[in-house]
Amino acid sequence: MAIADSYFARKFAVTENDLESYLGEALSQGGDYADLYFEYVATSAVTLDEGIVKSASQGVTMGVGIRVISGERTGYAYSDDLAPERIKHAARTAACIASGPSQVLKHGLMQGDKRNLYPVLTPPTELGLRVKVDLVKRADAAARAYDSRVFQCTATYADQVKQILVATSDGVMNHDTQPMARLNVSLLARQGSDLPQSGYSGGGGRVSFDFFLNEKTPEYFAREAGRQAIAMLDSVEAPAGEMTVVLGPGWPGVLLHEAVGHGLEADFNRKGVSAFSGRVGQKVASELCTVVDDGTMENRRGSLNLDDEGSPTQRNVLIENGILRGYLQDKLTTRLTGAPSTGSGRREGYQSIPMPRMTNTFMLAGDSDPEEVIRSVPKGLYCVNFAGGQVDITNGNFVFSASESYLIEDGKIGRPVRGATLIGNGPEALKYISMVGNDLKLDEGVGICGKEGQSVPVGVGIPTVKIDRMTVGGTA
Amino acid sequence: MKPLELTQEVVKLALELGATDAECTLAEGEEFSVSVRVGDIEKLQEATSRSAGLRVLVGLRSGSAYTSDLTPEGIRRMVQSAVDNAEVTGEDPFAGLPEREDLGQHTADLELYDESIRSLIASAKIDQARRAEAAFMAYDPRIDKSEGASYDSGISGRYFANSRGFAGGYASSQCSLTAVPVASLDGAMERDYWYSSARSPQKLDTPENVGIIAAKRTLRRLGARKVNTQKAAIVFEPRMARMLLSHICEAVDGDSIYRDSSFLTGKLGERVASENITIIDDGTLPGRWGTAPFDAEGVPTRRTMIIEKGILKSYLLNTYTAKKLGLKSTGNAGRGLSGAAYVQNGNFYLEAGRLTPEEVIRQAGTGLYVTELLGDGVNIVNGDYSRGAQGLWIENGELAYPVSEVTIASTLMEMLNSIEAIGADLEFLSTMAAPTLMIREMTISGS
Repeated sequence: MAIADSYFARKFAVTENDLESYLGEALSQGGDYADLYFEYVATSAVTLDEGIVKSASQGVTMGVGIRVISGERTGYAYSDDLAPERIKHAARTAACIASGPSQVLKHGLMQGDKRNLYPVLTPPTELGLRVKVDLVKRADAAARAYDSRVFQCTATYADQVKQILVATSDGVMNHDTQPMARLNVSLLARQGSDLPQSGYSGGGGRVSFDFFLNEKTPEYFAREAGRQAIAMLDSVEAPAGEMTVVLGPGWPGVLLHEAVGHGLEADFNRKGVSAFSGRVGQKVASELCTVVDDGTMENRRGSLNLDDEGSPTQRNVLIENGILRGYLQDKLTTRLTGAPSTGSGRREGYQSIPMPRMTNTFMLAGDSDPEEVIRSVPKGLYCVNFAGGQVDITNGNFVFSASESYLIEDGKIGRPVRGATLIGNGPEALKYISMVGNDLKLDEGVGICGKEGQSVPVGVGIPTVKIDRMTVGGTA
Repeated sequence: MKPLELTQEVVKLALELGATDAECTLAEGEEFSVSVRVGDIEKLQEATSRSAGLRVLVGLRSGSAYTSDLTPEGIRRMVQSAVDNAEVTGEDPFAGLPEREDLGQHTADLELYDESIRSLIASAKIDQARRAEAAFMAYDPRIDKSEGASYDSGISGRYFANSRGFAGGYASSQCSLTAVPVASLDGAMERDYWYSSARSPQKLDTPENVGIIAAKRTLRRLGARKVNTQKAAIVFEPRMARMLLSHICEAVDGDSIYRDSSFLTGKLGERVASENITIIDDGTLPGRWGTAPFDAEGVPTRRTMIIEKGILKSYLLNTYTAKKLGLKSTGNAGRGLSGAAYVQNGNFYLEAGRLTPEEVIRQAGTGLYVTELLGDGVNIVNGDYSRGAQGLWIENGELAYPVSEVTIASTLMEMLNSIEAIGADLEFLSTMAAPTLMIREMTISGS
């Protein structure tokens, strides 16, 4: 069995012997470790704009990335040509960082454990584009029907199937088929001659196409985008200064991703340059907070059967009752620090070196009734949707931009507010969490995380939480 | 087959398979990257890549495909797929290629490629990165950690052909040296960086200079505090002023204009900024990062006045957005590999003023000198602006102490209309460039 049922064995006749010979070439100058990452990605996308399906596209990218690690050094090369002599050339290039006697593979390649968190019977890329065109047309019709003030709508459906094969000099060989699909609706609404307001919604994951027919339909996303834009027509300018902030459940979990998640990636911590470096065992959040990064959730956007270094993904507790428990590791950081694997080595593709990354990051539910959380706030801001965020790992400062939020006055949700940026400091901000709701929700499946120029899909989630003090950057 | 011939073959094949028009882009690249940390190589990467993309029209319908499989079968599959994809799209009366008379390219040397990029051997690049890191580590004892220094270089080739007779290609070279120090004070760390980039290795700044500037930038952040929430003047250093310019660029993008999703929609000929503001897009400046002999549709690049003395003169347009708006393309088509062209700036810059940066800061009196912006709280549709900021507090017209964890907010309309002072320090470090700018008043949100 082993490699024979992998895509690369079937389509490109890659054999176990080939893999061993490439790894041998990679370790020909010495080095402690080498790995191969074969990738074949087929994509399709359709976009509807102004009521017209303006584009339909399909594409293929493929290649192999070869890495050699020698101490703290990493050598990397790739080839978009899978001919054996090209792969060997890349292996020799990656080998240049090592200097020593040629290493012999100590282990035979062993097939890793198999599981399937995202069984997809028909890969979305094999369905043809017509059914996908129907989705964006339905989204457009629903957006325009939602409210006559909606005047622009763009709907995009995009999917891909990624085939990967990983072989490592420590004896792991594993392959995976990774589907991904996503539907987005963005629209504009206008009241009279006022400036337009925008609404955005989207979702998906490692799901079958049926997901968009049965679970989250184009109408569902269109109505949500419409609701946001119409709500914002009445918006006032965001307040400025420190205040109590309540985050709604779901996508606002991006707070965790920025405020703590990146700072807990072991590459930064190994070098001591994260605001969280050396703080394992210390209190970094209120005791109400338990934060988990879980790559094993079925069909989620951030999930993987195995990470991009062939290690199985896991459920990793990052913060438990406010105490920092550990970092997210890849092969290099586990080699150098002796920490156990967390299955967090990820990369954008065969052209990129793996790094510790998040998968699905969320806070566990607490006890509070979400309505009670709002009622407890005399004056503050309730944020339900965010455009994105950013963090400076070293000093811990993070920001994220609320695209939909509301003033809270006397325990009641009031006027909508636009353009509020929240800013805080990672190891401090979560200490001010004083209530955690019982309504944990994960996001719809649109997250893209960028780090050192590499983008990977991720998930986030959070229950309703109350943060007693946070700086809100508005003008009013 | 040579890359340009391959693009022409692809176009020919597309027409044979039923396309009425076709345009093919081929991109190839060679990259080398090395980073050094604590004196030793941390990562070394070297690779070459090549892929192609095709867009076809079948009447008024368009379809696209791309591939990195450039074998004859791979190419044929891409072409067939693009033609098939056109069947499911809708008829768009504005879809189409540029007219023949609008096609063309500059033949003069635009200094995008310098053969000497190949002259520097790997060990010399490693050495430069080592020297840059050593320079910042030795600069001050408070610099006690390193995120490393790196030397990156690359050569890229871009080729394009279409069914209206255009065929062209060009090579470009780039190299850069980056340094990233980390400094500590009382247990709190700060990181910043500096870099130099050029078309050829000889034109890079010395590793020592790059390291020392990075060191100074990092050290001046130490001991940062929050300031109170208030309204005050904001001075953007050139790298941050360039970010403001990128929002203006997005707001004059023809795609935003015809879709009525920019606060500058319908404002041609109107005053949109204070009178001292002139913004130009020029894709023909020799050697610059936004320069090319032709755009992604085969239309020659050019110089376009965007805002002249505060008056909005032109949008940035490709063929499609120009047709939608009843205007002419400004030679600003951009494209990945596949799909319809989008709008892309050339060298988009704000004309320099006469003041030194110190004079701009002096005129501000009290306020924030911004050296870093965080987050993406900018809305081009309604002009709302709110971003995280870090920098130095200005007191009595001089830089006084570092500030962090604050936001600055206003609207792009108000910001453009209240730029009161402009520096002479315009430098083209990327495809956007702006000198030091002072905005009279924005809301700073802190404690």
